[in-house]
Amino acid sequence: MAVTTAERTAPTTIKRKKNAFSDGQGALAAMLLAPTLLVMFFVTGIPIVMSIVEAFYRAKGGVDPNTGLVQTGSSFVGLQNFTDIFAHPSIVVGVYGSMDRLINAFINTTLFTVVCVVLETILGVAMALIMARAFRGRGLVRASILVPWAIPTIVSAVMWKLIFNTDGVANKVLGLTNSPILWLGDNRYSQMAIIIADVWKTAPFIGLLTLAGLQTIPAEVYEAAKVDGASAWQTFTRITLPMVKPALVVAVLFRTLDTLRMFDLPWGMIGPGKYSVETLSVFAYLEMNATRYGQAAAYSIVLFLYIVLVAFLFVKLLGADVVGDEELKAINAQRKRMRELHRKQAKASASVRTNITSGSAAS
Amino acid sequence: MTQVATPVIAHLTPEELAALNKPRHDGKWWLGKIASTLGMAFIVIYCLVPFYWMIISSLRLPTMGLSNDYWPNPISFENYPGVFSAQNNFLRAIINSVVVSVTTTVLTLVFGIIGAYALARLRFAAKGFVLAIIIGASMFPGITLLLPLFKLFTGAYDWMPLHWLNQYQAAIIPSLSFGLPLCVWNLTAFFRQLPVELEQAAMVDGCTPGEAFRKVILPLAAPGVFTTAILTFIAVWNEFMISLTFLQARDMKTATVALSQFTGTLGFNTPFGSIMAAGVITTIPLLILVLFFQRRIVAGLTAGGVK
Repeated sequence: MAVTTAERTAPTTIKRKKNAFSDGQGALAAMLLAPTLLVMFFVTGIPIVMSIVEAFYRAKGGVDPNTGLVQTGSSFVGLQNFTDIFAHPSIVVGVYGSMDRLINAFINTTLFTVVCVVLETILGVAMALIMARAFRGRGLVRASILVPWAIPTIVSAVMWKLIFNTDGVANKVLGLTNSPILWLGDNRYSQMAIIIADVWKTAPFIGLLTLAGLQTIPAEVYEAAKVDGASAWQTFTRITLPMVKPALVVAVLFRTLDTLRMFDLPWGMIGPGKYSVETLSVFAYLEMNATRYGQAAAYSIVLFLYIVLVAFLFVKLLGADVVGDEELKAINAQRKRMRELHRKQAKASASVRTNITSGSAAS
Repeated sequence: MTQVATPVIAHLTPEELAALNKPRHDGKWWLGKIASTLGMAFIVIYCLVPFYWMIISSLRLPTMGLSNDYWPNPISFENYPGVFSAQNNFLRAIINSVVVSVTTTVLTLVFGIIGAYALARLRFAAKGFVLAIIIGASMFPGITLLLPLFKLFTGAYDWMPLHWLNQYQAAIIPSLSFGLPLCVWNLTAFFRQLPVELEQAAMVDGCTPGEAFRKVILPLAAPGVFTTAILTFIAVWNEFMISLTFLQARDMKTATVALSQFTGTLGFNTPFGSIMAAGVITTIPLLILVLFFQRRIVAGLTAGGVK
C-alpha cells in the first residue's frame, strides 16, 4: 500500500526548479552564506535604511514656545532636507563663485572624479605598456609600484601637504621660491594639489590591473598583426585596447567609485571646511559632526544615489563585468540564446501564417 | 640527431659560431630597449620620489622641518623618539591600530571563508544576486553607513542606548562593512582557481563535502587565504574616516588618526618632522608585507578585479 501511494504522489511532489542549473545545493549554500549575509545585513543593510529614514527628519532646534525649554528629538520634514538647496540655500564661495554648499561639494566631487580618473587611466595604461615590454628589473618596478598603493591615504595626504607647503619643495622645484604658489590656500591650486596627490597614489594601481589584463593577450595575436603589416598605433588601438578593455573597465569603475567618496585627501591635506576642495563625503561628515543628522543623511544619500547611477552607467554602457562569474555568464548566455530561439520560432510561425492567409486572399 | 648536427658545427670556426649565437641588435632594437629602460626608470622615480621626500624629511632635525635640502644635513633621528613622546602618544595609537585591524581581519576571514567557498563552488539560484550584493556593498560610500552608526553608538536612539564611542567594537563593526566584501570577493576568486576535481576525488575517496573542504581545499587555499588576510589588514590599517569618528579619545586613536592630529610643542608650527616620522612608522609594516609577498599581493589585487 505504502509503495503504491508513494508512487502515485511522487510525480506531483517534484517541484519544477526555478533555475535548471541549481541541483539541490541551495540549502547548503544558504547555510554557508548565512553568516556573511547576516553580518552584511547588520553593518550595511540596516544602516543604509536608517540613513534613508534619517534623511526625512530634522533635529528640532530652538525653544519650545509653550514650555520655554530647548526642544530635543527630531521631526519629520519630508523632502525639506533635499529641497532646501533651492528654498534656503546656504551660500558659500568656492572657486566657482557663490552657490549652495551642496552644489559646490557636488561639483568638486565630480571634478575630482573626472579629472583624476582620466589622468590615472592614461598614466596607468602607459605604465602597464612599459611594464609589459620590460626586459629586466620587473621585480623592482613591481615593488615600487606597490609603494603608493600601500601608503595609507592619510599619510600620503600629510606627505603632500609638506611637499606643497608654501615654503615646500614643490615651489622650489618649480622655481617659485620668490613668488610661491599657495597650494594649500583653499583655491584652484588646492584642487590641483589634491588631484596630483590622488593620481600619484592610484595610477600605479590601474597600471597593475591593466598589466594583468595585458598578460592574458596571447602573443600570436600580435604576431598576426605584424604579419598583416599593422602599425604600432593600429596594434594598440585595434588589439591591445579592445582586449584589455574588460580588465581596464573594471579597474576604472572601482577607481571612479572610490574617487566619488573621496574624504581623506581633502581632509588631511587642505583641512575640513575648505570650500574649494570640499567633497560630498566631507560636507556630509561635517554636517554630522554638527549634529545636523537629517541634512547629513540627505547629503550622504545624494552621494549614494550618485554612486549607484555611475555604477549603473558603467555596467550598462561600458559593459563592465564586475561579477565575473563564468558559470553565471554561461547561464545568462544560454537564457539569451533560448529567448532568441523562441523569438525566431515565433516569427517563423507567424510568417508562415501570413503566407497562408495572403495566399488564400490571392486565390 | 647529434650525429647529424655535429658535422655541421665542426665546419664552423669558433668566430663564426660566436657570431651566429650573438643575437642581432639593430637600431630599432636598441631604441626599444632604451625607451623601455627609460620608461621603467620613470615609473620607479614616479612612485618613489614623494616617498623618498617623506623619509628624508623625517631624518632632519626637528627644528628643520621645512628644509628643502635634497639630503638631510645633518642626518638626525630625533624625530623618531619625538613621535613616541607622551604628548603624541603614538605607541598607544599603533597598538589601537593593530587591535582594530587584526580583529577585523580575523572576523572577516571567519565569516568570509565559508561564504566565499559557497560562492565559488555551489550552484544555487540566487548566486548572481548575492555576488551583486557583495560587490555593491564594497562600493557604498562610507559616510552613508557612518551616520546612523554614529547616532547609534552615541546613544542617540532611545530604543537602543549604546554608548560605544571610544570602544574598539565601534571601529571594528563598521570596518566589517568594507572588509567583509573585500575578503569574500578575493577568496571567491582564489577558490575558483582551484580545480573542482580535487573535491570530487576526495569525495570519491569517501570524504563528505565538509571533509573535502576542510581536509583538501583549505590547506590548498592557504596561500589565497593568507593573501586575502594581508589585503584586508592593509585596507583596515589604512582606514581613516571610521576611526576618526568612533575613536576620538586620546588613548583610543588609531595610528592614521593620531598622526593627522599631531601638534607641535610650539603651538602653531606644524611638526612636519615628527608627522613624517609617524608616517614612515605607519607605512613600514605595510611595506615589509608588500616587499615580502609582492607576487601574492599582485595576484590577489588582480584576482579581485580581473578574471
